[in-house]
Amino acid sequence: MKQSEEVIIVGSGPAGLTAALYSARANLSPLLIEGVPAGGQLMLTTMVENWPGYRDGIMGPELIDTLRAQAERFGSRIVNGQVQRFDLSETPYIVETSDARYETRALIISTGASARLLGLPSEQVLMGHGVSTCATCDGYFFKEKRIAVVGGGDSAMEEALFLTKFASQVTVVHRRDILRASKIMQDKALAHPRITFEWNSIVEDIRDPDKGVVTGIVVRDTKTKVSKELSVDGVFVAIGHTPNTELLTGQLDLDSHGYIQTNTGARTSQSGVFACGDVQDPVYRQAVTAAGSGCMAAIDAERYLEGLPQAAAGKGSEIRSAG
Amino acid sequence: MASDKVQTFTKDNFETSVIQAGTPVLVDFWADWCGPCKQLGPTVDSLATDYDGRVTVGKLNVDENPEVAGRFSIRGIPTLLLFKDGEVVDTVVGVAEGAKLKQMLDKHL
Repeated sequence: MKQSEEVIIVGSGPAGLTAALYSARANLSPLLIEGVPAGGQLMLTTMVENWPGYRDGIMGPELIDTLRAQAERFGSRIVNGQVQRFDLSETPYIVETSDARYETRALIISTGASARLLGLPSEQVLMGHGVSTCATCDGYFFKEKRIAVVGGGDSAMEEALFLTKFASQVTVVHRRDILRASKIMQDKALAHPRITFEWNSIVEDIRDPDKGVVTGIVVRDTKTKVSKELSVDGVFVAIGHTPNTELLTGQLDLDSHGYIQTNTGARTSQSGVFACGDVQDPVYRQAVTAAGSGCMAAIDAERYLEGLPQAAAGKGSEIRSAG
Repeated sequence: MASDKVQTFTKDNFETSVIQAGTPVLVDFWADWCGPCKQLGPTVDSLATDYDGRVTVGKLNVDENPEVAGRFSIRGIPTLLLFKDGEVVDTVVGVAEGAKLKQMLDKHL
């Protein structure tokens, strides 16, 4: 199957959906390949309190549903699928999913970032059996249980606070003696009666793969070098994210952590290929900055297409003035 | 459910419909509060149609059947377990795409 497109957007978080909204309003009839799982990290959150315009907050999945409907309203075509291969060596660029192959003149990459794991063999075996990266998905299984949350950033504090709804005790294991989380999240977590902290500690192992279920973790104090076992029923890993750029290695300039390098807006090292959202943002990583960069990518892509020979003439200018 | 090929498993029929079944059985552990489960739903539905007669496909609501989820140490959903001759032969945790699940099933057929 071969289809030729003006703009393909890959990824369906706030960056991709905003890029779709703007491209659709520019009459480019964008095709958005949503990825698996769809919707990005907001799908795994509960109340989002820092999305401007919602004074009392909005649920993450609801925000994504709304953005999606808004993008579709102006003619974005959203398809289910996971990209398996990009070929950016020449135009038109090629994007392949498991069951379709597309060609496109412009490409917007908003594949986001996935939860980073500890990298322990026991973690792999026990994933879904006590190891989790999503408190809102899996917290339910830990009613009156003891839980460890690994990490010291906003996500870790959010997970810890959310899990207190279910757990009898939440222990935050953090490798430093100071949290990286925002002040408001730190204050909430530090003040919570059922959250305790293991400072300067790293997780060495998760028990017990032989039983097929989490029974505890081994943590090592980085200062005293002493290891001890904590008895817990669940481990929630919130130690940051890794950009989803495996398929782009060698095709686009990436930084040393794998983030796509952008310059002068959303442009990447390949002309006609744009990036937005967490896949190119090691610094801010907010829903609103992702959406903002999605808008930039769409405008940059539109201008790029306008400058190409045989560009679909005049598309979009009338529509844009309405926005 | 979108497909009438998809069965509903409960604690009452689990033994006969899954453990003692003659064909491999794919069980989708889910709950209605679970967003990722909803995303996986249509994929599981289409597997039921594609593998009709070769793999029995069904869903088990963990809210209504916590004892079954507990028996298999399910502590995260969606989780898919593939049973063959009463034993778990494969596990997929989280949302996965259809092509990957088909590969997994084909490996066991």
